[in-house]
Amino acid sequence: MSSASPQAAVPVFNWFKYASPQTFFPLAGALAPWFAAIAAVLCVAGLYIGFFVAPTDAQQGESYRIIFIHVPAAWMSMLIYLAMAFWAGVGLAFNTRLSGMMATALAPTGAWFTFIALWTGALWGKPTWGTWWVWDARLTSELLLLFLYFGFMALQAAIDDPRRADKAGAVLALVGVINIPIIYFSVQWWNTLHQGSSVSLKSAPTMAMTMLTGMLVMVFAAWAYAIAAALWRVRCIILERERRSDWVRAYLGTAR
Amino acid sequence: MNWGSVSEFLAMGGKGLYVWGSYGVAFAVIALEIGLLVMRRHAAGKDQ
Repeated sequence: MSSASPQAAVPVFNWFKYASPQTFFPLAGALAPWFAAIAAVLCVAGLYIGFFVAPTDAQQGESYRIIFIHVPAAWMSMLIYLAMAFWAGVGLAFNTRLSGMMATALAPTGAWFTFIALWTGALWGKPTWGTWWVWDARLTSELLLLFLYFGFMALQAAIDDPRRADKAGAVLALVGVINIPIIYFSVQWWNTLHQGSSVSLKSAPTMAMTMLTGMLVMVFAAWAYAIAAALWRVRCIILERERRSDWVRAYLGTAR
Repeated sequence: MNWGSVSEFLAMGGKGLYVWGSYGVAFAVIALEIGLLVMRRHAAGKDQ
């Protein structure tokens, strides 16, 4: 606790400094607008490439252009779940308050992206397969993901004590992680109506370069948006949960 | 450039309903999420 510790002179960036809600609150507030701006710029660029540069698909015609929103949303639905489960697990293991808040902040954004993936998938399935929905492994496991997000949020909302809510939610989130590889590999493990991956780390993408570029730009836009939304939400959660603490009272001007 | 006119762009080769239905709902959802965040932040206090 001594301020004259020998380490104090070493100019290293201390990440743990931002592990408390009080120190993370202003950092999140400073970072969020930047991620939002990056998201907006990338979104405009990605949609421009997607609609005006990328050519018409030889097989599907114009309906394939749904890919520029469908694939980023579907990837984010899985990635946000992994991030949520990661923070939930960190909170469970180290009993850090901010980790649980981060997990709680990510859940609604993940659920929205899951809904977008399912909705755009249905609107893509109709002109491509002739049906809005099939109970194939990819679609069913993605729907299960939406219910996992709902379950996480409902469970947390049902428990009054935030620390207990964090713990209960964390167990659910960690058990549900098993669904993520099932979604990802479903198109390989089962014979699905849903097509296989167009992009893979192991082989060359099976798409035109401009299509791939537009899709990846939209993926980064979705990524930046999700970070901005989660940072904004975690700031709300910090204020709500810590409103009786001295620093929040001072910040809000409600100190006696 | 893929489109000869605005109406051609909106028609999306006859798939306009599906393409714009996807993007319309997706961006409506994002706008809704941002709106809910603004309201929540406002309720939490000292929103500038």
